[in-house]
Amino acid sequence: MKVVAVGATRGMGRALAQLLAERGARVFLLGRDPGELAVSARDLEARGAAVPVKTAVLDLATPAGFPAALDAADAALDRFDTLVVTGGLFARQEELAADPARLERMLHVNFTGTAVLCQMVAERLAGRGGGTICAFSSVAGDRSRRSNYLYGASKAGLSAVLDGLGQAYADRGVRVVCVRPGFVKTGMTAGLPVPPFAGEPESVASAVLAAMTAGRPVVYVPAIWRWVMLVIRALPRFVLRRLKF
Amino acid sequence: MAPAVEEIGGWGRRPVRPGRVLRSERLALPASVAPVLPRGLGRAYGDAAVPASAESLVIETARANRILDFDPTSGRLTCEAGLSLAEIIRVFLPRGWFLPVTPGTKFVTVGGCVASDVHGKNHHREGTFGGFVERLRLWTADGMLVNAGPDVERELFLATVGGMGLTGLIVEVTFRLRRVESPWIVLDVRSVASLDEMVEGLRESSRDWIYTVGWIDCLARGSALGRGVLMRGRHASLDETRGLAPPRHRAFTVPCDAPEWLLNPIFMRLFNRLYHTRHAAIRKPRVVSCEQFFYPLDALHDWNRLYGARGFLQYQCVIPNSAGAAPVRSLLEKLAARGAASFLAVIKDFGPGSDAFLSFPLAGTTLSLDLPYRGQKTEMLVHELNAVVIQAGGRIYLAKDAVTRPEDFASMMKPRLEQWKAVRDRWDPHRRFRSAQSVRLFGDHA
Repeated sequence: MKVVAVGATRGMGRALAQLLAERGARVFLLGRDPGELAVSARDLEARGAAVPVKTAVLDLATPAGFPAALDAADAALDRFDTLVVTGGLFARQEELAADPARLERMLHVNFTGTAVLCQMVAERLAGRGGGTICAFSSVAGDRSRRSNYLYGASKAGLSAVLDGLGQAYADRGVRVVCVRPGFVKTGMTAGLPVPPFAGEPESVASAVLAAMTAGRPVVYVPAIWRWVMLVIRALPRFVLRRLKF
Repeated sequence: MAPAVEEIGGWGRRPVRPGRVLRSERLALPASVAPVLPRGLGRAYGDAAVPASAESLVIETARANRILDFDPTSGRLTCEAGLSLAEIIRVFLPRGWFLPVTPGTKFVTVGGCVASDVHGKNHHREGTFGGFVERLRLWTADGMLVNAGPDVERELFLATVGGMGLTGLIVEVTFRLRRVESPWIVLDVRSVASLDEMVEGLRESSRDWIYTVGWIDCLARGSALGRGVLMRGRHASLDETRGLAPPRHRAFTVPCDAPEWLLNPIFMRLFNRLYHTRHAAIRKPRVVSCEQFFYPLDALHDWNRLYGARGFLQYQCVIPNSAGAAPVRSLLEKLAARGAASFLAVIKDFGPGSDAFLSFPLAGTTLSLDLPYRGQKTEMLVHELNAVVIQAGGRIYLAKDAVTRPEDFASMMKPRLEQWKAVRDRWDPHRRFRSAQSVRLFGDHA
């Protein structure tokens, strides 16, 4: 597997990249902080990724920079065949509601930037016989709730893009995996009260890798969130309105 | 984002206190926050990684788990302090490298191994984990990132190894892995009829076996006191393991707190009898995986819930060789008299101690037990055992302690405790780093 990973210096992205490295994958890292990228690259090399693990700067907020970053990845990996996007922004509902600039940036990165990148890569992969795109959405995108509808909306949009992308490019060999994590204990969720069914990044990574290998279009992690969300999606609006979460 | 308040306990689930927990991939000391307390994977049994007060910020390190450098010729590994031994084994054992020293669980962080200066079944030969550490980087209370090692900032190094996270936040560790020929262990088990035989067996085995440990049936009394099983192990050679498939491990999770009556004396008596019979029946050495040999309990996730909601106390002490076997006998007699059965009564001989001020081991015999928590009665038993230990010139292990009295600990650790406190005074005069344990034992304010 020749993997380009966006946002793999932290959280679930880090755990997934570490797992891929331990399986001997060839990995190319994209992210915002060159120093962090370099440290993660050494980590992946020590864990068994094909040496060297190269990196380039990419900011999901700046789509103009995507082609050059993808070219660098293609050059380093002799054409990559897999894209993993775990990068994204998160903030609590009240923080987003109180700060329009922050809200705009979150929506832009999680939806616009990620959608543009996935579309661009789908075209690139289709042009050379196919590949896999695996992007991290969220259960928050499954149903709007008062406690996180702003973040949820960015992920609902992304889920829709990934769903359509998978349909549109299936004939040209591009498989699209939409990962919908429930609460996972990472730096992103640090400080939030931990709800029931919370997952660890390492177990999420194994589940996601299995879904990528099997080409499943949607994967909930931890798996129980599939059923939790089934219930939440089925709740009538007047019930949901009364719930605090 | 200010972290939410959570209930935080040790592995023995006693005591449990509220505190705010920061789980970050980047280990840093937030400016002007106090008190703070580093915490790894929470396997210290007692109150070592339990916050001093509800205002405490507990910095959980396990997310900082990157390997920063590995030299495949020397085995020198530099990693972030939250890397777990489980991950090190998963990555490096297939390539022929193992830990220089490992405690009885692999679900601990490298930073935790340094802070508790952990020991293992090879202590008689190899000493503690700290002996393999070449360099530490830690954030000290004044907000400085300091390098410390045997040859640089030596005092801080000696105060940090075994210092229970009270000298600073360890962020990076450099230490040496051990070259091994295979991921397998040759295990030899023999049944032992008495305490004298056990102590003698451990002493004799120490010459030819890198790993030794004894298990004792705590319910045996009289002439059978100390009856148990002696286990010896060494890394298997390639020839001995040719054709063996890579070990596979199944793990189970204890789903909920067990009722307190589960681990009753009758059940334990049966368990001990079965355990003894089963091992006594094995005559020939056999090959087992590292996991089976070092971490049998890791196959049962959340096994601490078996002791019920009230939790349990672990007790580990060492009796110096100079005191002979009599104090060990006296400890076992006290336990047997009270019917305070323990699933895991473990006995082991230690080699010489280290220079680290609060490091636990010293040349002698160590005894380690689980005591189901039954209130004041159990705490009194610990104090009684401590009295025997003090009399014999021994000490207890801070990573397991939750109830020892400050004056008792001070008499066990003279004069090292004073030396350690002096170094702590220099690096953290205002006691920014505090734990429930440091409040209890070192007079820190909560």
